[in-house]
Amino acid sequence: MENINKELKVSALENGTVLDHIPAENVYKALDILGLKGIGNQITIGINLSSKLFGKKGIIKIADRFFQDDELNKLALIAPHATVNIIRNFQVVEKKKLVMPHEITGIAKCMNPKCITNHQPVRTRFTVLEEDGEISLLCHYCEKRSDIKSLF
Amino acid sequence: MKKSLISIQDFSKEEILHVLETAKEFEKNRVQNILEGKVIACIFFEPSTRTRLSFETAVNRLGAKVIGFSDATNTSVSKGETLKDTIKMVSNYVDMIIMRHPLEGSSRYASEVSSVPVVNAGDGANQHPSQTLLDLYTIMQTQGRLDHLKINMVGDLKYGRTTHSLLQAMSHFSPEFIFTAPEELKMPVEYKDFLNERGIKYTETTSLEEHLDDCDILYMTRVQQERFTDPMEYEKVKDVYRLKASMLENVKPNMKILHPLPRVNEIDQDVDETPYAYYFKQAENGLYVRMSIISCLLGYR
Ligand SMILES: [Zn+2]
Repeated sequence: MENINKELKVSALENGTVLDHIPAENVYKALDILGLKGIGNQITIGINLSSKLFGKKGIIKIADRFFQDDELNKLALIAPHATVNIIRNFQVVEKKKLVMPHEITGIAKCMNPKCITNHQPVRTRFTVLEEDGEISLLCHYCEKRSDIKSLF
Repeated sequence: MKKSLISIQDFSKEEILHVLETAKEFEKNRVQNILEGKVIACIFFEPSTRTRLSFETAVNRLGAKVIGFSDATNTSVSKGETLKDTIKMVSNYVDMIIMRHPLEGSSRYASEVSSVPVVNAGDGANQHPSQTLLDLYTIMQTQGRLDHLKINMVGDLKYGRTTHSLLQAMSHFSPEFIFTAPEELKMPVEYKDFLNERGIKYTETTSLEEHLDDCDILYMTRVQQERFTDPMEYEKVKDVYRLKASMLENVKPNMKILHPLPRVNEIDQDVDETPYAYYFKQAENGLYVRMSIISCLLGYR
């Protein structure tokens, strides 16, 4: 109990969004996907925090920022077990789980070197495929599958 | 709403059958000026004489006019114009765009930018749906049906886009497949998954002789050098199969040999004289099927 209180003191949010249970190695990707690099809001990032469930986890707290569900759901690609806490007036007013999006646009790169999206200014578009817990992306243009690692 | 033909999977079973039925009508009467006054662009960003001539003949036989280019070397494209700008400009002039481009997905993108229907005449190693429809038409013509046929695909099943698209299109018609390919050029797992999901049976072999006698369609393909990144890999497999007339003694009487052409060494000249050779008629069918595709997409059939 003491630990939790200490953590809250350091980074308590008055209003904003807390993204928890992000795999530690994907925290920077999460910032990218949500477009948080270079914005003016106060952001607290924790990496390699211990988690009973995942070993090492990451956490991102963004002050005064609330997201649409479809913005947040993009995170499911790299952090399928992440949880979202909406904070208002220091209280968690809502908890959400992510839903894997059916389609994503503009955030991943096609791994096919002969794909039109790698040669012309075309916004990428993929259908998300989930097979046996493995996620891959089917390019809307060249119809080839890309590994999730091609995301950035 | 405008409808384009980019990938064979854009067409439902009913749409495929409609195109094939319409093609029969054009085969009976190939001079039909139903598109008089229309202008259609044939823009080929990489040369393909065979495909271009077939499409341009189809346009002419329908009574429409053709504009375009057969090679992007001397166009604004070589000066760095984006595909988007080229398509925007051309689609303002014409009633339909038929395009071929070396980059995969280029036709899909063009159809999203264009204000008129786009027909994909080949986008790199991805799709070439008019070839698939003419293959289906030819299969139907030779067998009197599309349902419950055994199709033996031979050659480069790894890089060969015609076999991949034909497999997808035939999946509407309860087929059975034989895949004859060397280890290096086997049918990719994603297409086998596609068949497994639909409960469609297939058998794989490396021997050409093994399934000649129990198939209805022998679909031969060429091993294309340009698809290989490793020249050694190409040398190993380029002449792996060679079909000779003497190998056809015990085939089914209804069996027909198809090939998207051009062939290199995979079908001997002496096969041409057998009653099983059908690849030249198949190429001719391309004209009727392309006439059908164009008139169906423009709403004239
Ligand atoms: Zn692609």
